[in-house]
Amino acid sequence: MYDFSKMTGAIHDWLSSIMPNLGVIITEWVIIGLLFLAFFALLGLVLVYAERRIAGFFQFRLGPNRVGPFGMFQTVADTVKLLLKELVGTDRADKFLYNLAPFFLIIAALMAMATIPYGLGLIAYDVNIGLFFMMAISSIGVIGILLAGWASNNKYSMIGALRSGAVIISYELSLGLSSVLAMVLLAGTLNMNEIVMSQQDGWWLFRGHIPAIIAFIVFIITGTAETNRVPFDLTEAESELGAGFHAEYSGIKFAFFFLAEFVNMFIISAIAVTVFLGGWLPIHIPYWEGFNNIMDYIPGPFWFMIKTSGVIFLLMWFRWTFPRLRIDQILTLEWKYLLPISLINLILMAFIVMMGWVF
Amino acid sequence: MTTTEIDNKTGLVTQEYKINMGPQHPAAHGVLRLVLTLDGEIIEKVDPDLGYIHRGIEKMTERDTYKQIVHLTDRLDYLSSHINNEAVCLAVENALQIEVSDRVKVIRTIIAELTRLASHQLWWGVMGMDIGALTTFMYAFRDRELINDIMEETCGTRLTMNYNKPGGLMFDIHPNFQKRVKEFIKHFKVSLPEYNTLLSGNVIFKKRLQGIGYMSKEDAIAYGVSGPSARGSNISCDVRKIHPYSAYDRVDFNEILMEGGDSYDRYMVRMKEMEESMKIIEQLIDNIPEGDFETKTAAVLKLPKGEYYQKVESARGEFGVFIVSDGKKSPYRMKFRSPGFANLSILDKISRGHKIADLVAIMSSLDFVIPDIDR
Repeated sequence: MYDFSKMTGAIHDWLSSIMPNLGVIITEWVIIGLLFLAFFALLGLVLVYAERRIAGFFQFRLGPNRVGPFGMFQTVADTVKLLLKELVGTDRADKFLYNLAPFFLIIAALMAMATIPYGLGLIAYDVNIGLFFMMAISSIGVIGILLAGWASNNKYSMIGALRSGAVIISYELSLGLSSVLAMVLLAGTLNMNEIVMSQQDGWWLFRGHIPAIIAFIVFIITGTAETNRVPFDLTEAESELGAGFHAEYSGIKFAFFFLAEFVNMFIISAIAVTVFLGGWLPIHIPYWEGFNNIMDYIPGPFWFMIKTSGVIFLLMWFRWTFPRLRIDQILTLEWKYLLPISLINLILMAFIVMMGWVF
Repeated sequence: MTTTEIDNKTGLVTQEYKINMGPQHPAAHGVLRLVLTLDGEIIEKVDPDLGYIHRGIEKMTERDTYKQIVHLTDRLDYLSSHINNEAVCLAVENALQIEVSDRVKVIRTIIAELTRLASHQLWWGVMGMDIGALTTFMYAFRDRELINDIMEETCGTRLTMNYNKPGGLMFDIHPNFQKRVKEFIKHFKVSLPEYNTLLSGNVIFKKRLQGIGYMSKEDAIAYGVSGPSARGSNISCDVRKIHPYSAYDRVDFNEILMEGGDSYDRYMVRMKEMEESMKIIEQLIDNIPEGDFETKTAAVLKLPKGEYYQKVESARGEFGVFIVSDGKKSPYRMKFRSPGFANLSILDKISRGHKIADLVAIMSSLDFVIPDIDR
């Protein structure tokens, strides 16, 4: 497996040789920032395109297929359109908060991306509380949604935003507290890199007995709710509320919300992959030594992306199949079923780890 | 229910509020405006406000001859356009005692059932979309397209067919008609179970509809609800059974009745009605009798002085045509009894106390076509 820290270390050494320490830090910050912004934009473009093609596949139609080969530049064209559009807002809106709201979502998504390990040594912010940091950061996004709904001066937006607040805050409990925590118990660390490395003998999903599988299912359900996607998309609920919290946003401000939704989906999938599915580790099949050796030559980021795409596809599959739940049903599902299940699951997992029953 | 509550300690005011749902709203499927009085998410009152697509069709009939009027009725409930046409033609034929051939009767029935199928398919697709399942729309349109193609070939138009005229049909069926209808039935027998797999059996979908928008039998009668919506409340009101017209007296089909009276039962009535429609078409398609496709009539028809009423079962319920004639070439007054208008009147009653999301589900289960409500 190629260690990307060799490459980043070499860049660091080279920069250190030509400028003072402070300059090195600032330069590295700028480079990493630009890289992530570019990655962020690229992710948005690719995921929107993928979603539309997959939707087409589910619905006996083609999806975008005119702009460029296989319609690949459709999202680029759409982005250009959104950039050039006039920004129309509501009258008597709280202008400051109205303009501030999209940045909460974008910044939360960007910061959460920093702690994802994309490969060996390929992590922007390697911190010992990585997973906890990520959970904390990604819940900032809901502030943006609430602000957007409040500042828009529109009742539909307000209803959407309040629904979103209720849903995200409730589901964060099952997501962070129980399902991810159960896996942290298993891995024994919060550091994202170490969680991946602890899965070298096999993914936690398979090694963690039944509690890990329950945790994974709960995680996927709550993750879908966190990203406000079908069947939990009542924040937008186009048939009830028009567009919900972002009804009054246009042009690039709307694009921010739109992008953030897709990037959040990527982040949730990335956490699922890191915690349950072995992160960037290659697929290994026990006793197939030759096969495993060949798999080792495929670089980590490739594996990470393959696995993440798999989980993203699952989320998209949900979106194009399921109807939407009602607000009270969503909260009932969380407080009456998911939370008790995942708390019991946590205790079970603790018991298993205590007895040392892990493979 | 109090309208305003003031907390004594903090002085915070809690009050109900109003939102305008429509006239431009995705759930209304047209320009219907509902003024909702809400307590948080809970609906306290629904106040439908009509008139946004009023075209004065009833007034326009007083200007036109009876043969022209037929073409106006396409624009009432555009999803049952053939059935509306048929109602006017039957009314005029009965008034003038024009005898149409068996061939006309059978063809009219087949096309009416195809129209009903197409209408229910569209309803199903849109119902799924209202509940949040977007894929249903494409499934429905895939199959509806086949019906539209049949219509295009035989009637010349895909939506507003204008295939009827007093005394028969505009022209004979296309030579391909029987073959293509059989192909469609064969295809739809496979895809209707797909509909059930995708939506009817879905746990979320059931949870969203069961127990929502309960309509008691008494209420439904009192408000004049008809069609599948009333049959979901166990009211036998199928005009095709009770007062058979065209060829309905010679086919064997069941009137679908459900006991529950909630949105899910109204949904299931329509799903099962699609099967019955297919059954009717299957019985008739091989037995289209030979004969004339029209009975020659005068260029301008004059109804004898008097009042005439004809009702038919459209995809949404009982569609009635009431003509008051003073013996001239245009009616003195013409009134359309549209099923949508009566069905809309019960919306407030059955949606009180439910959530906003339920209102959308209830509206879908009542299957509104706005130009039918607002004539």
